[in-house]
Amino acid sequence: MSEKLLEVKELRTEFKREKSWVTAVNDVSFSINKGEVLGLVGESGCGKSVTSLSIMRLLLDTSGKTTHGEVMFDGKDILKISEKEMRGIRGYKMAMIFQNPMSSLNPCIRVDKQLMEAILLHNKISKQEARQRAFNVLQSVGIPDPENTLRSYPHQLSGGMSQRVMIAMAMSCEPQLLIADEPTTALDVTIQAQILDLMLEIKEKRNTGILLITHDLGVVAEMCSRVIVMYAGRIVEEAPVKDLFANPVHPYTQGLIASVPKLGSNMTSLPSIPGSVPDLSVMPKGCKFAPRCKYAQSICHEKEPELTYVEGSTVQRCRCHLFHSKREEA
Amino acid sequence: MAEMNTPVNHQAEDTLPKPKSKAKEFIKKFLKRKTAVISLVFIIFLAIIAVIGPYITPYDAGTPDYMAILQGPSSAHVWGTDEFGRDVFSRLLAGTRLSLGVALSSVIIGTALGVILGVLAGYYGGLFDSIVMRCCDVLFAFPDILLAIAVVAIIGPGVINVMIAVAVFTVPSFARIMRSATLSVKGSLYVEVARSLGCKDRRILWVHIFPGTIQSMIVNFTMRVGTAILAAASLSFLGFGANVTEPDWGAMLSQSRNYLTTAPHLVLFPGLLIFLTVLAFNLLGDGLRDTLDPKLK
Repeated sequence: MSEKLLEVKELRTEFKREKSWVTAVNDVSFSINKGEVLGLVGESGCGKSVTSLSIMRLLLDTSGKTTHGEVMFDGKDILKISEKEMRGIRGYKMAMIFQNPMSSLNPCIRVDKQLMEAILLHNKISKQEARQRAFNVLQSVGIPDPENTLRSYPHQLSGGMSQRVMIAMAMSCEPQLLIADEPTTALDVTIQAQILDLMLEIKEKRNTGILLITHDLGVVAEMCSRVIVMYAGRIVEEAPVKDLFANPVHPYTQGLIASVPKLGSNMTSLPSIPGSVPDLSVMPKGCKFAPRCKYAQSICHEKEPELTYVEGSTVQRCRCHLFHSKREEA
Repeated sequence: MAEMNTPVNHQAEDTLPKPKSKAKEFIKKFLKRKTAVISLVFIIFLAIIAVIGPYITPYDAGTPDYMAILQGPSSAHVWGTDEFGRDVFSRLLAGTRLSLGVALSSVIIGTALGVILGVLAGYYGGLFDSIVMRCCDVLFAFPDILLAIAVVAIIGPGVINVMIAVAVFTVPSFARIMRSATLSVKGSLYVEVARSLGCKDRRILWVHIFPGTIQSMIVNFTMRVGTAILAAASLSFLGFGANVTEPDWGAMLSQSRNYLTTAPHLVLFPGLLIFLTVLAFNLLGDGLRDTLDPKLK
């Protein structure tokens, strides 16, 4: 195993809603190694993006606050360092790609200036050098005519191009950790594949750790070495990607995988998980998934399960009271 | 800008077209908008008059000529004479400096203050935001001209005080518009991206947020110049502004209202000039807004 790049311990993030605080992310712990792609999966509103924003400490504009936990990165707990130190890390050692490439770039500023901004913020080099570097980094993300792209305004670029520029911007200082928040959701399928290949290539070349947030299990299967499944702000299952698809333990994960359409099967409708994610302010008392779970027992409604290792495995963890008995059933 | 657009390696310089300069692109787009160009020409013309006006008048603007009182337009006096026989054309030429100067400088002061307050209030929010916005609410509670009259009533008449009065009622409208523009830009993804790259607050504010709000500022600026010319003229009309003996468009209008039926040209020319100036500023503002919008070609 290579060394740990990022370690998140018992992260809890709360949001202020009128007068009370609601917990959006609770007891989230995981780690990412160098050169590893960790997938973070879950349906909308389960706390995937909030987790990533908490790691980057970008919750300032919202009413959110990380109230508990540690984020160890580069030997420091980055939740405790000053805002100034954090600015030095953001974009330099840790960068982020967002969901919608078309609105990620400032429409008033040309591509060259935006790329150079990221470079000049963290490096003491001249503008010419920075521009040369912007040119190189655009070339490295597979943009055919970097000089023309540098001179364009963002609205002149297509979605795929914008996302390449965004990746170039994020990679311009060669960060150790790249957080990609649904980087391909807004792109069409062929472009998606290209962008994912590009990210894998970057990982191979620079040994970058990638936290890939997505709700697309196909992307997870292709990209990730390990996967975390989140539900209602908690990790419900963590496993190497092969184990997760071959042997999903948590009923939620099983449901997610079952709801992916398969080629060649004669299903008339896709199986779905009944119900929806509980409202953050009225969370069920026991297991958060119990109200939607077809296996739920009385203990599930009473007590919240811990995240523990699955029997006979040292890599797969699951948050469920019943997982051994259920596997027998299945 | 120039050094930034210079291709760095020389090979690239040979094969690629030279980058177009930003200014050239802007001018090209602006020239397509005819009304704005005409307005700009008119405003430049006014600005030149404001500088050289007092030196090129055919008659002295302040010297009465009791042999030629209240004459209509003629070859000797193109726009006629007033009740003291002073040449209206000369007085309007000489008055351009005062009328335009008062309006422009008061709006510039008001804009500067309003923009700074509005952007900071929008960006930082919290207590500062509440204080600024509540003060604006108080100022907004009064009609513009009434507020200006109140200010002049407190600090006394005079040109400088008229400027202050107009600036005071310009500030809240800018503060409010800039605050809302800042809020909408602040929530956009690219600001979050900038932050995720490690930008400082100050940089995010002035490099990423402020340019996104310029459009609303320009539109409001021109509207306000129009309003300010009207307000300054109104204050002069009411006798709060410049000394009545000085040539000022508003004051001239005020003086001539007694002769509305007997010598309508006295009202017509200053009124027309005020009207055209306000219109020109508004049309120019519209044109600039369209030109600066990167989404419009």
